[in-house]
Amino acid sequence: MIPSSPTSETHPPSLVDLALTFNHIALASFGGGLSAWSREVIVVEKKWMTDEEFLSALTMCRILPGANQVNMAVFVGTKFRGIPGAVAAAFGLTFIPVVIILVLGYGYFRYNSVPALQSVLKGAAAAAVALTFSMAIKTGQKCLRGAVPLLLFVATFILNGVLRWPLFAVLAMVAPLALLWAWPRKEAK
Amino acid sequence: MKDEALNFYHILILFSSLSLLSIGGGNSVIPEMHHKAVANYHWMTDKQFADIFAISQAAPGPSILIVTLVGYKAAGIPGAILATVAMMLPAGILVYLVTCFWQNAEKSPIRHAIEKGFAPLTVALVLASGYVMSKAAGHDWRAYLLTAACTAICTFTKINPLLIVAAAGFIGWMGWV
Repeated sequence: MIPSSPTSETHPPSLVDLALTFNHIALASFGGGLSAWSREVIVVEKKWMTDEEFLSALTMCRILPGANQVNMAVFVGTKFRGIPGAVAAAFGLTFIPVVIILVLGYGYFRYNSVPALQSVLKGAAAAAVALTFSMAIKTGQKCLRGAVPLLLFVATFILNGVLRWPLFAVLAMVAPLALLWAWPRKEAK
Repeated sequence: MKDEALNFYHILILFSSLSLLSIGGGNSVIPEMHHKAVANYHWMTDKQFADIFAISQAAPGPSILIVTLVGYKAAGIPGAILATVAMMLPAGILVYLVTCFWQNAEKSPIRHAIEKGFAPLTVALVLASGYVMSKAAGHDWRAYLLTAACTAICTFTKINPLLIVAAAGFIGWMGWV
């Protein structure tokens, strides 16, 4: 069974804490890899959520409409501080990035060229992909034990990553099997 | 003046509806956004849309902030702010409601089953997104080598990932990838 989550429910983070944390996540994700950064900060550094809770929230945020990372900020903010928390986290995630992108956009529309950062970005993007892979390895080590989860994992990766099926088609195939496998049984304590 | 009000109205309607249509993430509505911004409202050219897409992918923060730049081109800073809020609010309200339900269902079998059963799926989706990202970025063998090295460092050491991204950015700046 999943151990009861040792999250900081007793001392929920303050609104300022939420805003600053999501701002930190957003700024760190230069070149991409925002999901990996969210896990790094929320699960590893701050210990606000367990891996199980984080992963299931991430999939929920993908299924629901809206940008995944904005949804994740709303989820975490709501969990700790209700509506004000959701607003603080979403604001923290987007405020400085909005300012940065407006500066970049202003420069672009004014001078009609993409800022000369392309080569830096190429390197940073390779690292962002690496962070994403590394997150898959780290979380996979914990939850891919046994033949059934491994099979679910491989099927999902092939359908979504290789064959590029849309998310909903993939989940329509795999999610019922996953739920059937994971549904708590009486005898399994 | 009337045109300006109409412009704001278009921004509000377009992005708040895209917000609720963006199932599976912001990138799923990019084709529709492109069509409206370029062909319907003539806010920008094809090439400009492609360029701000690239900027929004690379800039820190959620890549959905492409809407900030579409709004900016359509109606200046107020347009940028309106587009950003319109894109975030409807979906955000929905997530809020689902989260409330989720927090109340702490002990229910459905929550247990989702947390346990969806974990392998999520790991696969994360891996798939990394794989798709590397293909979209046009990785050649040197970029894959850099990715492999960074993955190993990230997985097996406790080095701050920020340093790894910075080092990889430097390697890119030197023109080695």
